[in-house]
Amino acid sequence: MRHHLVLRVVSKILIPFILLFGLYVQFHGDFGPGGGFQAGVIFAAAFVLYALVYGVEHAREVLPPKALAILVPAGLLIYALTGFAGIFLGGKFLDYDVLAATPTGGQHLGVLVIEFGVGVTVAAVMVSVFYAYAGRTSDVDAEDW
Amino acid sequence: MSGADMVIWVNFSLLTMLCLSAVAILLVRHLFAVAALTGAFSLLAAGLFVALDAVDVAFTEAAVGAGISTVLMLGTLALTSRREKITPSFSPVALVVVLVTGAALIYATSDMPVFGDPNAPGHVHVVPDYIEGSEKDLVIPNIVTSVLASYRGYDTLGEVAVIFTAGIGVMFLLGLRREDEDDEGTVRKNRRPGGRPLDEEGDEA
Repeated sequence: MRHHLVLRVVSKILIPFILLFGLYVQFHGDFGPGGGFQAGVIFAAAFVLYALVYGVEHAREVLPPKALAILVPAGLLIYALTGFAGIFLGGKFLDYDVLAATPTGGQHLGVLVIEFGVGVTVAAVMVSVFYAYAGRTSDVDAEDW
Repeated sequence: MSGADMVIWVNFSLLTMLCLSAVAILLVRHLFAVAALTGAFSLLAAGLFVALDAVDVAFTEAAVGAGISTVLMLGTLALTSRREKITPSFSPVALVVVLVTGAALIYATSDMPVFGDPNAPGHVHVVPDYIEGSEKDLVIPNIVTSVLASYRGYDTLGEVAVIFTAGIGVMFLLGLRREDEDDEGTVRKNRRPGGRPLDEEGDEA
C-alpha cells in the first residue's frame, strides 16, 4: 500500500490520537466506559493500521516480536502478582482492600493495576496474532485483490 | 419526534441493516467482499450495543470485530483462495433444523423479562449489592469496571489467561518471525519473488 498517499497522510495524523484514546480508555476505565480489554484492542488497532499502511517490516522495527513475547506473559503476571500481593499483605487472593492505607484507595489501586495488566496482554496478543498472519505472506499487490 | 420514537427508529434501522448484511454475507461468493461485509456487520452490531447502553461491549466489538478480525480475515485470504468453493446448495434437512431452532429461540424470548426491567431475576440477586458497593465501598462510578475488576476479579483473571493461552498458541503454531528470517533476526536476501502463496490452486479460477 506504499503508493496510497491519502491513506498514509491520514493514518499518520490518526495513529497518535488512536494511541492517546487507547491510553484514555485504559486509565479512565474507572470513571467512564472502557477498561483493559477495550484499551488493549484499540492500542493494538493503531499498530495494525500502521503495519497495513507502512508495511509489516516497519511495524516490526517499532514493536519487535521479541518485545511482544515479553509483553504477552507480563500482563498476565501483573494481574496474578497483584492477586498474590493481596495475600502477602494479609488479605485474600485478589483482595485489593489491603493494597493501600484505606480499603477504597486499595480498591482503586488494585483495579488500576490489574486493568493495566489486562491491557498489556490483550494488546500484545492482538499484535502477535496479526504479525503471525501477516508474516506468512509478502506484500500483496493492489491489483491482486 | 420524541426521544423514545427516535430510539425505536434507530434500533429498527440498525437491525434491518444488520439482517441485510447477514444475508449479503451468505449470498456473496467473493471472499474479499465477505470480509468487508463482516466488518460492516460488526460495526452495525457495535452501533446496536451503543443504543442498548452497553458502551463497553460496543468498544470491543468495534475494535475487534470491525477492525482487527477483518484484517486477520484479509490476511488469511492473502494465503488462500479469494473465492468461495461452490458447494451443492440446497439441503432440506438444514433448512428444517434452522427454522425449528429459530422458532424455538423466538418462542423463548416471550418468557424473557422486559428489557431494563428492574425486577428481572438477574437484577435482584447480587446486583443491588454491587451497585451499592460500587458507589459506597469502591467509589468507582463505572459499575462495569468494579464488577469486572473487583467483584469478579477471578473471572477476569481467567479471561486474561484464556487470551494469553490463545496468543501463546498462535506464537507456537505460526511463529512471530517471518519465514525468510534466520535465528539472528536478520532478513535473508533471497526472498521468494512475487510473494504469492506457492499453492495457487483454485485462485481466481
